[in-house]
Amino acid sequence: MFKKLLVAAAAVALFAGVTPADAQDSPTLKRIKERGSISIGHREASVPFAYIGPGGKVIGYSIDLCMKIVDDIKKELKMDKLDVKLVPVTPQTRIPLLANGTIDMECGSTTNNLTRSKQVDYLAVTFITGTKLLVKKGSGIKEIEDLKGKSIGLALGTTNEKAIKAAAEQLKIDIKYVMVKDHTQGWLNLENGRTDAYATDDVLLYGLVAKSKNPKDWDVVGRFLSYDPYGFMVPRNDSEFRLVGNRTLADLMRSGEMQKIYDKWFNPGPDKINMPISADLKKAFEIQALPY
Amino acid sequence: MSYNWNWGVLLQDPYFGWVWSGLGWTCAVAVAAWVIAFALGSVIGVLRTLPNPTARAIGAGYVELFRNIPLLMQMFLWYFVVPELLPRDVGFYVKKQMPLPEYWTAVVCLGLYTSARVAEQVRSGINAIRQGQRYAALALGLTPVQVYRYVLVPVSYRIIIPPLTSEFLGVFKNSSLALTIGVLELTAQARQIEEYTFQGFEAFTAATVLYCVITAIVMGLMQVVESNSRIPGMISLGAK
Repeated sequence: MFKKLLVAAAAVALFAGVTPADAQDSPTLKRIKERGSISIGHREASVPFAYIGPGGKVIGYSIDLCMKIVDDIKKELKMDKLDVKLVPVTPQTRIPLLANGTIDMECGSTTNNLTRSKQVDYLAVTFITGTKLLVKKGSGIKEIEDLKGKSIGLALGTTNEKAIKAAAEQLKIDIKYVMVKDHTQGWLNLENGRTDAYATDDVLLYGLVAKSKNPKDWDVVGRFLSYDPYGFMVPRNDSEFRLVGNRTLADLMRSGEMQKIYDKWFNPGPDKINMPISADLKKAFEIQALPY
Repeated sequence: MSYNWNWGVLLQDPYFGWVWSGLGWTCAVAVAAWVIAFALGSVIGVLRTLPNPTARAIGAGYVELFRNIPLLMQMFLWYFVVPELLPRDVGFYVKKQMPLPEYWTAVVCLGLYTSARVAEQVRSGINAIRQGQRYAALALGLTPVQVYRYVLVPVSYRIIIPPLTSEFLGVFKNSSLALTIGVLELTAQARQIEEYTFQGFEAFTAATVLYCVITAIVMGLMQVVESNSRIPGMISLGAK
């Protein structure tokens, strides 16, 4: 009787260890399967992509899309239960945490660029924006040239910081830089008058304005000072994991559900951002809706 | 974990300059804060040992206030809240016209925080001296101020050199918190290099090594101070 039990136990153990061949090729999927959970890195104040909403819950456009990817990962790995661990990240910690495996995917408002691609991989482009300036209405600032002799807030570790510094150097304007940790600090400095402007991606600026006490006092001005396509970051050299993510996004884009999720957050969205989908983004969704 | 090591990035322009600029700002913040901390801390520490109850209450209140609020919170309070509470013109000056506002805010914040800790050490130093010393000095005809100036405080300083060294080192390490209000000191520059080159390990190793070098220099300095100020014959003071 005992011997039969032992044989049965051995058989179960043998088959329990079998995972689909794809998951074995992907270190990330393997890690997710072993841990039974997936760690998602998210921002805390990138409205409306990933932020802490009412009730302290993490919500946003990027979060919604990532949860769809998580559902597909769960199906792919044939798991009954997949815990989702939400890990807050900042522009400076997001890449190191992804590179060392603390998070499996970054869902925020991260620009896809070639320099970062040396350390991480990106999923399909989910949003297109660029650097603009947030100023107080009536300050007379319309373009970056008007910031001569004034001060601007810049978040450490963002593409916007590099874009503004590059533009100021190229146009030979003298601007005082006030470095801040995140968008909340940058907004606080602008609101209490310490800085004359704050620069980040234009959609995040609209989000900050929408969340402010008096949205009518603030203006988003200036031409695009950079091209910023957003994409979720995934670990480098893991094509299998990237395929699962891109497959989910392509499905959403093909079926039109992507547009619905976009409208849920931007048009007008819970934060009243009122940004109907741009022609560029619509085309980007069409182009990236790869067929099977 | 795959990581491409590249130590040469630290020697490239402009990153090389950033590291040294960061080091400069760290030392600038720390030394200025220490000057404030030592001076103010000594005063408050002495205040807490006076027979006058009001003086002791003021000292105690000061220490409790600055010791019990986390340093990071104090940084944010000084940077964001205090300018709003000042009269409008003063606030405007502090926010827009004062040169290096983040630097001075960090120095004042760190200085006052450390002064509370120095005050406690000065107080324990003075309390460690036998009561007999104070009475003997008074019996000799010294005024209370002279008692402190010539008898109590000099001996107290010699007693507390070890914990004072810790505080001095602490000031250098706590100066890294100034990065949260925009001072580009050593830790901030290391993070900047990490952001621009993605060679985080090299950048942070360099910063760590430089912090260790600074603290080694401080410890050496305090060793020299300790051996030169030793009073022969006073057991347990400046003991080997």
